[in-house]
Amino acid sequence: MDLENQKRVLEYYEQYGKDDLVILLGAAEGEAAGLAAETVTLGDPTYAGPLAGVSLGLEVYHICEPEVKAEVDEAVYDEQISMMEMVLDVDDIINEMNMIREQL
Amino acid sequence: MSGYAVLKGASYTLAHTPDMVLHNGTTQTTERIVNPESDYLKELPQHLRSYEDALSYLPNQVYIGNNTPDDLAAMEFPYHDKKVEGKRDGRFGEIMPQNEFIGLLQICDVFDVVKLEKGFAQETAKKLAAHPLIGAERAAVLDKNEDDEAEIKRLVDEESAEPLYDGGRLVGAVKRAHDIDVNLSAHVMLENLVTKSSSVLSLMYLVKTTGIDPGEIEYVIDCCEEACGDMNQRGGGNFAKAAAEIAGLTGASGSDVRGFCAGPAHALVDAASLVQAGTFKAVAVTAGGCTAKLGMNGKDHVKKGLPALEDCIAGFSVLIVANDKESPQIRTDIIGRHTVGTGSSPQAVIESLVTDPLDKAGLKITDIDKYSPEMQNADITKPAGAGNVPEANYKMIAALGVKRGEIERKQLIEFVQGHGLTGWAPTQGHIPSGVPYLGFARDDIMSGKINRAMIIGKGSLFLGRMTNLFDGISFVIDGNSGAAEEAGAGVSEQRIRELIGEAMEEFAKNLMAE
Repeated sequence: MDLENQKRVLEYYEQYGKDDLVILLGAAEGEAAGLAAETVTLGDPTYAGPLAGVSLGLEVYHICEPEVKAEVDEAVYDEQISMMEMVLDVDDIINEMNMIREQL
Repeated sequence: MSGYAVLKGASYTLAHTPDMVLHNGTTQTTERIVNPESDYLKELPQHLRSYEDALSYLPNQVYIGNNTPDDLAAMEFPYHDKKVEGKRDGRFGEIMPQNEFIGLLQICDVFDVVKLEKGFAQETAKKLAAHPLIGAERAAVLDKNEDDEAEIKRLVDEESAEPLYDGGRLVGAVKRAHDIDVNLSAHVMLENLVTKSSSVLSLMYLVKTTGIDPGEIEYVIDCCEEACGDMNQRGGGNFAKAAAEIAGLTGASGSDVRGFCAGPAHALVDAASLVQAGTFKAVAVTAGGCTAKLGMNGKDHVKKGLPALEDCIAGFSVLIVANDKESPQIRTDIIGRHTVGTGSSPQAVIESLVTDPLDKAGLKITDIDKYSPEMQNADITKPAGAGNVPEANYKMIAALGVKRGEIERKQLIEFVQGHGLTGWAPTQGHIPSGVPYLGFARDDIMSGKINRAMIIGKGSLFLGRMTNLFDGISFVIDGNSGAAEEAGAGVSEQRIRELIGEAMEEFAKNLMAE
């Protein structure tokens, strides 16, 4: 995850606390989604950013996961996400996300 | 004859710079600050490729025009473990070895900040003198070097000069151009001289490949992602004119256009418009590469046991001229724009760049034979978790086609294969952005292999922290309608001859009958 984004996540964490913060990802690949999810839960696996060695344990989802889709207005989802949903390997992304969440 | 400006030709060059990967790529320079004893920094040198390996790497041979994107599509992925015939010279340019490129840096340095070790300079001067496009006159600049290695080392140790290495050996240094101004620091001077030099090399090849008299190029637009200036005008600019000077374009003025990775597409629309308006008859769009992005994904490549594939500084130049009745025309009436109000969802981006302009022109997604969006080489991006970038773009265009009912869902993959290209460009930001296909597109349109191509440039403006907006611009190129009209005229002339012949025959028959 981009170092600047890690910094922002850490700032939000300090501002809102763990229980009032959900991280929503839009990564285009399962591996990239998994890495980002790992960064905001277990810590930055690349040991490069502000979240290196910091386990925030935040709730994290990808926008294409069914739990999130169910929460979004159908028309908005169609306009903003449906095209990408067709393009992405959604199953792979869900698998990666579940794998990270299971480690929590 | 239409008034569209035309694509006269393009050039593409690489300089293989493995030592710059180690010393100038930001992934490595950052690591050296954050984690100087890291395993990555220790392992990276073993992952550098030799010049010969860089030559025999198919994506590089496609970039300089010796092979085609179709050849790459036919190669089983990944590419880094396979070799093809490695030629230095290509139809569009060349792959220059590091030592000659360092020599070229000095040729492009007019403020005497590049210092080369005497022996290295002598050897390199001979090579550059024998280079068909550089020659003895330019190479003579290297004769001025008197410093030995100890003096070069002193410049680096005591005067903050940036070292220049070749094969691990200290062969030169770039001095700072000001004692205090960070915009003229040795680091920035090296970065800017590298982009200038690679642009100069490409411009020289553009003159060669198009056969244009260099004096006829009236304007040069540089569209790289660097900034030159000083503390009072940090992005003051004009890499364009600076490069034109060294490339011998004595009749040219110029300016710089910026837009992150979308820069080249913006610059080409500008160039086509300037030519179509009659302001200039010939405009060159050019960009050099960047040291910062060398080895950008090196950590992933090393971790996965791959060579450090981001080891080349790239450059390209494109010549846009007034309608010559044969070259592909740039359709300034089919332009896609990502506007301030477009929004940043991928769907909104693709609509603004692809379907909005096509709708206005009464065309369907399938009417464009080849799309050239971000043409990054997947060999580099996939191991780094960024996927196959061109393929992702094609899938997005196809998915939009499905949503619009222009393509059946089951034809999605077929569309990607038919209307897409396999990415071959180095990951140097603006370099892969739409433009790598222009050289081949000219061939493909003129040979009738395709009718239309769309070039799509996209840029991540938020990286500059001035706006959160995304950006992009696209344009269509198609066959020269002047050429079609001429061909049409040829047919009817033939028909007239036939009619006259038939009439004469009839007349003769009538005479005989009488």
